[in-house]
Amino acid sequence: MNLDYFAELLGPAWLPVWTLAKIVAIVAPLLLGVAYLTYAERRIIGYMQVRLGCNRVGPWGLLQPIADGLKLMFKEIIIPSGASKGLYLLAPVLAMAPALAAWAVIPFTDTLVLADVDAGLLLVMAITSMGVYGVVLAGWASNSKYAFLGSMRSAAQIVSYEIAMGFALVGVLMSAQSLNLSDIVQAQSGGIHQWYWLPLFPLFLVYLIAGVAELNRAPFDVAEGESEIVAGFHVDYSGMAFAMFFLAEYANMILVATLTSTMFLGGWLSPIPGLPDGFFWLALKVSFILFLFLWFRATFPRYRYDQIMRLGWKVFIPVTLVWLLVVAAMLQTPWAYLFH
Amino acid sequence: MLENYFPVLLFILVGLAVGVLPMVMGWVLAPSRPDSEKLSPYECGFEAFEDARMKFDVRYYLVAILFILFDLEIAFLFPWAVVLEEIGTFGFVAMVLFLAILVVGFVYEWMKGALDWE
Repeated sequence: MNLDYFAELLGPAWLPVWTLAKIVAIVAPLLLGVAYLTYAERRIIGYMQVRLGCNRVGPWGLLQPIADGLKLMFKEIIIPSGASKGLYLLAPVLAMAPALAAWAVIPFTDTLVLADVDAGLLLVMAITSMGVYGVVLAGWASNSKYAFLGSMRSAAQIVSYEIAMGFALVGVLMSAQSLNLSDIVQAQSGGIHQWYWLPLFPLFLVYLIAGVAELNRAPFDVAEGESEIVAGFHVDYSGMAFAMFFLAEYANMILVATLTSTMFLGGWLSPIPGLPDGFFWLALKVSFILFLFLWFRATFPRYRYDQIMRLGWKVFIPVTLVWLLVVAAMLQTPWAYLFH
Repeated sequence: MLENYFPVLLFILVGLAVGVLPMVMGWVLAPSRPDSEKLSPYECGFEAFEDARMKFDVRYYLVAILFILFDLEIAFLFPWAVVLEEIGTFGFVAMVLFLAILVVGFVYEWMKGALDWE
């Protein structure tokens, strides 16, 4: 193949170059997906509220995300006089990088995965929990009361729900007996009733809802509740610096949807044993969960902050702890097969 | 073994680049006409007053500490969950004891009101 020719030409530099090409092949469609997720959100919520949504720029408004991007590109990046300049500019980068980096270990099909590492799930947990630094730094560095309060709320909420998410994943690990994401998907093969959403149903629900809370999405969007603290931690950001937070939020939405599909909905596996597996199924499941996120936003009123913290600490953590013990105990009995 | 993680490292660098490059482009392409009003921190309808780095509710701090405890717990549970089949009933009972101690602490902080936000 021609690839061998290039490999010889570049020698030791070949591996980084080829890996970089693969990364671009993941990141470019991902960023396009992020752009059109914002479009889909505006259209879908528009229809849910019996209005049209954006339909002016290009056919059916399809060029809207590009117009938005260009507009933000040419907007001034304001750095408030009281802000810590370095941290202020670092925060959007720290929000964006983890939202992308976690994709390194996501399996798209049984052979298509960039880094098939054994500690995949651990890595995803480690990278995604870095995202909170962007939020905290943004709120602190802005030196604005709204941003500060928003970031405190947001950070406390994110870490609270991370615990519930972590416990939910322990259930998946007990069933799959591996931290490798490809193995976790393979362990769910055999049709829709073998996917972990069914045997681990309470954990699946907790994971999905905690995912929405992690994303600071409605109905858990107190951090940017327009009517109280305007936009929360990124109120003082403008132009491309704001765009980074915005893109990071939507990239994280796609990431959480993909992780939920991988852990609980059988990733690339087809729901009926006879049908061929493939990337198509993963895309379908991810789209479905993303649609749920948009649907939630159009449907549910915002929680109060004390309700959010109550749900995270006093409902989700006890529920997941009890269900973990149930699953662990069941695995000691002859009914263990139910969970494999 | 370790070279499997090389793409991850590269991906983190690409992620940072995707964060930095648009900001640099915005910096170059966008106008920059600062004035003192524009650079004052956001405030709703009046002049900004006081420093924003004020005292904040201690409960945020408490949540952070409790988070560390529970997250550590999860870090312990991960390897245990993966090998649960192999370590069998002994491993199960050991973790039940461990979780029981954790639950005692959890109930204590619940009763103390550390989880209440009114």
